[in-house]
Amino acid sequence: MEKSFKKIAEELIQPKKFAFDKDNLSKANKIVQMYPKNFKESSIMPLLTLAQEQNNGWIPKKAIEYISKFLKVSEIRVLELATFYSMYNLSPIGKYHIEVCTTSPCMLRGADSIMLKCKEKLGINIGELSKDKKFSINHVECLGACVNAPVIKINKDYYEDITINTCEEILNKLNNNKKIKVGPQSSRKASEPTKS
Amino acid sequence: MIKKSNIIFTNLYGGSSPLLKGAVKRGDWKNTKSILKISPQKIIDCVKASGLRGRGGAGFSTGMKWDFMPKSTNKQHYLVINADEGEPGTCKDRDIIRNEPHKLIEGCLIAGYAINATKCYIYIRGEFFNEAQILQNAIDEAYKKKLIGKKACNSNFNFDIYIHYGAGAYVCGEETALIESLEGKKGQPRLKPPFPANVGLFGMPTTVNNVETIAVIPTIMRRGSQWFYNLGTKNNTGSKIFCISGHVNKPCNVEEELGVPLKYLIQKYAGDVIGGWDNLLAVIPGGSSVPLIPKSVCDNVLMDFDSLKDCGSGLGTAGIIVINKQIDIVQVISRLSEFYKHESCGQCTPCREGTGWLMRMMKRIQTGEFTAEELDLLEEVTYQIEGHTICALGDAAAWPIQGLLKNFKNQILNRINKKSSKVA
Repeated sequence: MEKSFKKIAEELIQPKKFAFDKDNLSKANKIVQMYPKNFKESSIMPLLTLAQEQNNGWIPKKAIEYISKFLKVSEIRVLELATFYSMYNLSPIGKYHIEVCTTSPCMLRGADSIMLKCKEKLGINIGELSKDKKFSINHVECLGACVNAPVIKINKDYYEDITINTCEEILNKLNNNKKIKVGPQSSRKASEPTKS
Repeated sequence: MIKKSNIIFTNLYGGSSPLLKGAVKRGDWKNTKSILKISPQKIIDCVKASGLRGRGGAGFSTGMKWDFMPKSTNKQHYLVINADEGEPGTCKDRDIIRNEPHKLIEGCLIAGYAINATKCYIYIRGEFFNEAQILQNAIDEAYKKKLIGKKACNSNFNFDIYIHYGAGAYVCGEETALIESLEGKKGQPRLKPPFPANVGLFGMPTTVNNVETIAVIPTIMRRGSQWFYNLGTKNNTGSKIFCISGHVNKPCNVEEELGVPLKYLIQKYAGDVIGGWDNLLAVIPGGSSVPLIPKSVCDNVLMDFDSLKDCGSGLGTAGIIVINKQIDIVQVISRLSEFYKHESCGQCTPCREGTGWLMRMMKRIQTGEFTAEELDLLEEVTYQIEGHTICALGDAAAWPIQGLLKNFKNQILNRINKKSSKVA
């Protein structure tokens, strides 16, 4: 079976404790105020996002415990959201988490060969983390940038109008920790038709 | 077709600043105060008269939806903006959020005023992190300039906007699932009635609108309902952003009047089908959830709600997925079946189990390991799902396959014939 970042990480790699750092604590306190007082559950999703960011892109069990205590809701309420929504990772991801959109509009523009390139180049499969913990690959459903297909998302940024060559270039640059241009890798700026 | 002066989203491609400086130059926030002096009912009537139909896929009259909101003021009303754009083939809201955020914010204010909602949540998909940051900056700016917040635009109306991030669930684009998600639950759609206008977010009267629907409101209010009504065709008024993706030479987003011919749209803006118009196989005209239309229909069909409905498809979100003859159409639809299987929330049995059935059967058809009887079974399964679920995700999983079988059944049957003759 395909591996997945939705599987809760083994005990061995689970951190022993978790608490929001100072910055996130003040963010969390602001988030809680966005919703009516009797609807504490509304804050679960934004707090999970904060926790994931603080813990290098994945949510440990202790964070789920912490959030449930923070909001005074039962733990299962937090866990069920962490498993239901696909953006929450429950096991470690790489420094560069590469998500390839493979839904039909991207598929029509060659997303499958982009996926193949990523797997081949990094030597890992979907749902896996490279040995040096630098890269991980996942396939995702429609990223909502279909006119700029194929699209890959690396951490928070979209890379659009990808070709096999630009894909390889991006992976090389990441491997050398070099900066890459976010957005379309072609001559256009956004979703306008290319000139000529 | 559309005159340059009638284009609403003049900064769709991000040529100039999305922030207030650029937005004011484009005419946003001009005399908003005077709009807020019109009575809420008159604003609703104006939107009704413009003929605006929701841009999120269902195409329901926006003015009518607003009118469903209770008129009493003893309860907190909510406006919720659906920015959970995830329908394969659709990427219009992303451009509005990152390049025209002030149109959306001003639209929220006017819509909120019309339905007496003093609080607004914008539910944006978590993947659009950078886009949401731009929107947040625009909201912060608007607060600072007192365009929203207490006594918005110097009126007597208080209005707050919050951004809530989704976390990757297609089903949250369904309005009641979105409300569930905002309440901190799994995104599983609610039974209707009660409708959100009576019991919505946090149990209060709520209106959920698509980003594009709300973002055109300020322009309609400024230029008048008649102006909007005169664009497009009867019952399908106004302009709309079309997203043209797939096998075209220049995939792009473009704003055009409703009722524009599909062929014109693809040839004029998207640089034609790869390999020329005659190389076209089929088009999915309204995001992945609507049935495909074969080339013979594409030749003449107009892009609006009614014309597409008449030929057995739908306008949906106007995400046009172009498919040419160089790809196996079964593979394209099979991939969509995988999508719906992945995104089914698991609440209703026909959808939870049926989407898995569909996916597995489509995979077998793709590889040729099937019999003619199975094709009938596949069709039957789609009808077992359609109409038997709480939300439209079940229908959306069934329709692409129904469209495929309706138009390409003979080609699919040929595949088995070839295979069995090989075996023999």
